[in-house]
Amino acid sequence: MAPLKVLVGVKRVIDFAVKVRVAPGGQGVQEQGVKHSLNPFCEIALEEAVRLREKGDAAEVVVASVGTRQSQEVLRTALALGADRAVLVEVPPGGPALGPREVAAALSRLVARESPHLVLLGKQAIDDDCNQTGQLLAAALDWAQGTFVSRLALEAGAVRVQRELDGGLETLRLRLPAVLSADLRLNQPRYASLPSIMKAKKKPLELLPLPELLGCPPAPPRLRVLRLEEPPGRQGGQRVENVAALLERLAAAGRI
Amino acid sequence: MLLFCCPSSSRAAHQCFRALKLINRDCLPSLRISRCASTASVPRITTHYTIYPRDKDKRWEGVSMERFAEEADVVIVGGGPAGLSAAIRLKQLAAEHNKEIRVCLVEKASQIGAHTLSGACLEPRSLEELFPDWKERGAPLNTPVTEDKFGILTEKSRIPVPIIPGLPMVNHGNYIVRLGHFVSWLGEQAEALGVEIYPGYAAAEVLFHEDGSVKGIATNDVGIQKDGAPKATFERGLELHGKVTVFAEGCHGHLAKQMYKKYNLRENCQPQSYGIGLKELWTIDEKKWKPGRVEHTVGWPLDRHTYGGSFLYHLNESEPLVALGFVVGLDYQNPYLNPFREFQRWKHHPTVQPTLEGGTRIAYGARALNEGGLQSIPKLTFPGGVLIGCSPGLMNVPKIKGTHTAMKSGMLASEAIFNQLINENLQSKTKGLHVQEYEENLKKSWVWKELYAVRNIRPSCHSILGVYGGMIYTGIFYWLLRGMEPWTLKHPGPDFAQLKPAKDCTPIEYPKPDGKISFDLLSSVALSGTNHEHDQPAHLTLKDDSVPVSRNLAVFDGPEQRFCPAGVYEYVPLETGEGSRLQINAQNCVHCKTCDIKDPSQNINWVVPEGGGGPAYNGM
Repeated sequence: MAPLKVLVGVKRVIDFAVKVRVAPGGQGVQEQGVKHSLNPFCEIALEEAVRLREKGDAAEVVVASVGTRQSQEVLRTALALGADRAVLVEVPPGGPALGPREVAAALSRLVARESPHLVLLGKQAIDDDCNQTGQLLAAALDWAQGTFVSRLALEAGAVRVQRELDGGLETLRLRLPAVLSADLRLNQPRYASLPSIMKAKKKPLELLPLPELLGCPPAPPRLRVLRLEEPPGRQGGQRVENVAALLERLAAAGRI
Repeated sequence: MLLFCCPSSSRAAHQCFRALKLINRDCLPSLRISRCASTASVPRITTHYTIYPRDKDKRWEGVSMERFAEEADVVIVGGGPAGLSAAIRLKQLAAEHNKEIRVCLVEKASQIGAHTLSGACLEPRSLEELFPDWKERGAPLNTPVTEDKFGILTEKSRIPVPIIPGLPMVNHGNYIVRLGHFVSWLGEQAEALGVEIYPGYAAAEVLFHEDGSVKGIATNDVGIQKDGAPKATFERGLELHGKVTVFAEGCHGHLAKQMYKKYNLRENCQPQSYGIGLKELWTIDEKKWKPGRVEHTVGWPLDRHTYGGSFLYHLNESEPLVALGFVVGLDYQNPYLNPFREFQRWKHHPTVQPTLEGGTRIAYGARALNEGGLQSIPKLTFPGGVLIGCSPGLMNVPKIKGTHTAMKSGMLASEAIFNQLINENLQSKTKGLHVQEYEENLKKSWVWKELYAVRNIRPSCHSILGVYGGMIYTGIFYWLLRGMEPWTLKHPGPDFAQLKPAKDCTPIEYPKPDGKISFDLLSSVALSGTNHEHDQPAHLTLKDDSVPVSRNLAVFDGPEQRFCPAGVYEYVPLETGEGSRLQINAQNCVHCKTCDIKDPSQNINWVVPEGGGGPAYNGM
């Protein structure tokens, strides 16, 4: 089996431990100075790609992100974690947030340019929880898709994946090329060691403006955030003495 | 709890004997029997390799402990104001003299500024020296001080104290800053000058040449399980070697603690004295917002024998923001004192609460700070290394400012180091350079003059008049004589030794948090954004696992459950039988270092966790 070229898509997100605040204006969250990191599911996808290369099944791992110039940080981390080359599809800061539709469109153009055999993504980003980019990308490319992958094995011209579904585990055999999205139990990512961070500085990181990749100005996003608010504060619970009192309270609140 | 795998059977046996002697025989639960030959009736808490060495641990047999090494000219530990100023100054000098020097800086926070916490009122003196064009470069000094207020609080009212020119806390010409953002900006300037900055990597070990001088540091290992065994992802840290290593860890650094012992740096100075500073950021009602206003108070809720006070600064930001906080001197005597709850109840004072009403708390954090002053500064240089900034402790306590002196010490260290680096005729007795000129120059600089003038103010609070004695002393000796009195007052001893036994003290009744102005501890800790990879050995290590229950709880009623601002230490009832055990919630730690300072048994040794863990402060 000839070694494959793997493209991994990653996203820079607000770190999961940070307490997020709605930004003034109610259109987004406070991002300035807030700790960001590599999306955990993207990290798992990248780890799987690097392991494929270490086994000899893959020849090259290219990592890509669509975002502002700050996304370089996560691409450098990805290079330190084992990717060979990075591409940042750059958008100017201050614009509306890109959704899965825009990212999938950009990635499909990148796939046309790079010709990978396999695209690995995280199943969803922890900031918007959309879980759509992998699926939209596969449809745009008319490729096979395996989402929520918890186990992956390459065969001649195909990939056998185990998917974690609500009803259980499903095993599929997909012909290559394919788009896969990684779920939590696919692997345990490695740490980025300091020597590899230092080596990663010398690995190529290409900045590619989005209009240049698309060959035309990008279409405006079709989704607009109307309003963003904190969930309502938690009301205290109330104790009742017996079932009769409970029914009385529920009736008084108009619930029954 | 079972003891699994005794790394060294004789050590475990010694622990067992000590534990058996201290614990009342009647309380020994019958279920506490381990599989090992030696029985310890104390549940095992500490698993860190600094307490249980890996070369004696069977689980580490065959694991490669080899480390890669990188050579630099200067290695800097810590990316705060001191460390970054030192890095910047080195690169500035290198550019001036057309020399190439490699400067590597490691910082345990995941990004520069994420572990920085301070009031803060910045005196721009050192910044002006480092970057005369700081304004054009966009340094985030956005709030010039416009109003300075000082008051003594009683339970229901406030006595205003006029701030006359000449008193140490006059803030004219200074800026209220969000120090985390300032440090972030310094980091950008340093990177632009070519400093190699590595956030997310903690310096865990100091390395030595055979001649005993410092060779550099090694960053933390990764991939160790909670019980101390190696994971599949185990990797050794990297060794960074330098001709000089600059230790800029901030207040009570853990590597500096080792250097004091090894090189006997503290033999001619007073023990350091500390305070804990807790801080919150609030967005408030626009009508109450007065950007540039600085307010300090002393008095309530602390008594005159407990040093401490509050700050409240109005920041000039895009939203109405105030930074407020409370400092408690860690030489307090009552083990029932809870600095976090003192802070929370202070906010309810009738002159403070109105400012916060209708506002929202958006951040919380805490950090220890130095209060020892000149008397507590140790020797600053040793073969191969220097100490700068809050690590040796250069804070001007009555001014409540340490950033300007920290930055200046970094700059002076770099100038002295650079001179040795380019001196082709240098004859060094040791492989690691001993840069004694740094300490000599610091003593000739304005930093020393300033610290000398205020050296007696903090110790003057130890008299029977307490804090008010200090204020009277300041008025007479500082305001009139500028500290020229010929005597130098002493501190009564180290902070941890000041705690009185619980039986001699009265518990303090703290009001319950109301959830609008005052809050509970856990929701506060959540706002610090702190987190650590949970499957790693707890970095709050105990030299002896039996001491917390046998001494801290028995004699002092477990003061660590009160002075920790992050709820790391909890005494929980044992699952079987009577008694308690200490539970360490290491994930909550905000790296304030208070436990290492105030533990009356000095049993807690704070070491670095895996790099990147800890708080995620944003402009604190």
